[in-house]
Amino acid sequence: MSRVRVLVGTRKGAFILTADGKRKQWDIAGPLFAGWPVYHLKGSPADPNRLYASQTSDWFGQILQRSDDGGKSWLQPGTPAGPSADAAPGPPRGESNRFAYDTSAASGKPLTTHQWYDGSQHPWEFKRVWHLEPSPTDPDTVYAGVEDAALFRSCNGGQSWEELAGLRGHGTGPQWQPGAGGLCLHSIILDPADARRIFAAISAAGAFRSDDGGASWKPINRGLHSQYLPNPTAEIGHCVHRIAMHPARPQTLFMQKHWDVMRSDNGGEDWREISGDLPTDFGFVIDVHAHEPETVYVVPIKSDSEHYPLGGKLRVYRSRGGGERWEELGKGLPDRDCYVDVLREAMAVDALDPCGVYFGTTGGQVYASADAGDSWSAIVRDLPAVLSVEAQALP
Amino acid sequence: MIVVELPPHLRTLAHVGGEVALEAPEPATLGGVLDALEARYPMLRGTIRDHDTLQRRAYVRYFAGARDVSHDPPDALLPTEVAQGTEPFIILGAIAGG
Repeated sequence: MSRVRVLVGTRKGAFILTADGKRKQWDIAGPLFAGWPVYHLKGSPADPNRLYASQTSDWFGQILQRSDDGGKSWLQPGTPAGPSADAAPGPPRGESNRFAYDTSAASGKPLTTHQWYDGSQHPWEFKRVWHLEPSPTDPDTVYAGVEDAALFRSCNGGQSWEELAGLRGHGTGPQWQPGAGGLCLHSIILDPADARRIFAAISAAGAFRSDDGGASWKPINRGLHSQYLPNPTAEIGHCVHRIAMHPARPQTLFMQKHWDVMRSDNGGEDWREISGDLPTDFGFVIDVHAHEPETVYVVPIKSDSEHYPLGGKLRVYRSRGGGERWEELGKGLPDRDCYVDVLREAMAVDALDPCGVYFGTTGGQVYASADAGDSWSAIVRDLPAVLSVEAQALP
Repeated sequence: MIVVELPPHLRTLAHVGGEVALEAPEPATLGGVLDALEARYPMLRGTIRDHDTLQRRAYVRYFAGARDVSHDPPDALLPTEVAQGTEPFIILGAIAGG
């Protein structure tokens, strides 16, 4: 029977939740990296036991962790545990945690500043890895979306990282500005049908696409409308919270923006609003059913200043027609007095049948549905605030 | 031999239980001790000071015995007691909630 593994990053460590295909009885392992924020963990589609994790803190910086055994043990790639000899042979140690912006002349665009909250220019400063996206075909290739926003790639299992500097350098970088959570690159989508095509999204800059493997980039924000911008339809400055794609429909993207739920059917060239009858179209997460490319999930949040469900009633909304018409899903979810948030990395689906859907809250609950959202139950209720959720279907 | 005290999270990362005893070039300087620490425990690179600029991280302080040397230049000499290992070189994370 198939199994499922759910990877949960929280403010104070990571947890691994596992169950058989029924997804009723769960084992909970953790905390891993106890006491540290873990922004994201994700497994390699090419080797599900290869996991990458972003362990990060304001005190001690970025630690990149890797597991080769499904999370039983972890290592810093390229750096053996314990003390090193004074002149240890081999490549430099400790490089797995080094994310150095490319300001070289060779990159042609030695960017040094972006826009700050007050409109002034501010130096680019690395803070943390928000998102790790392993290659669909090579366990040793993994992309990292970081704050201050940039995209990095490792081709050696996370031992060292190089910036894909064409993203920051394509020309609009000095106009990018941080959202309340920082200037973060949070969404990375690798097109399964075209290895050269990569999508990325940044708060608060917008969505971007590369058609040449990450060398060059362009903004793809036509159709977005953001009331808070002096020019609401500007090319840059939109606070995109999350984008999602079904692997069978790589031309179709779904987006949860600061306000508005959007879709594109031409690889991001044009977007149209699909908020339809949602009770509020503010939110952070969005995801697509594993087997139904037109079935989309969001968790509406009251507003940009009141980050909790409308009326204290936690609800997922599902559209089976690609947007516009949404159905409220609440069986098993709190009906009252619930004032948690669901952050942008904190929803995932598994590929079992029926499709499993998962989301985590800032109140420490991880909810699961083993029937594509029809009913829900809490796998665990009292974790630290959940930052990210990923799901893996295992043989 | 210089004795270095690490904050608990960095002890976990370095897989050490308590104090770390290091050989550092003489005369013992602030930068020399940090260089020796990172050479011996490369998993700590970037956790105390920036990988490239070697600037101290904002929420980290250095103490030589009881004296705050956080703002001393890297070539500042450490007190004899620290250089001889009778007083520890302390790396401290800022106290904060959360």
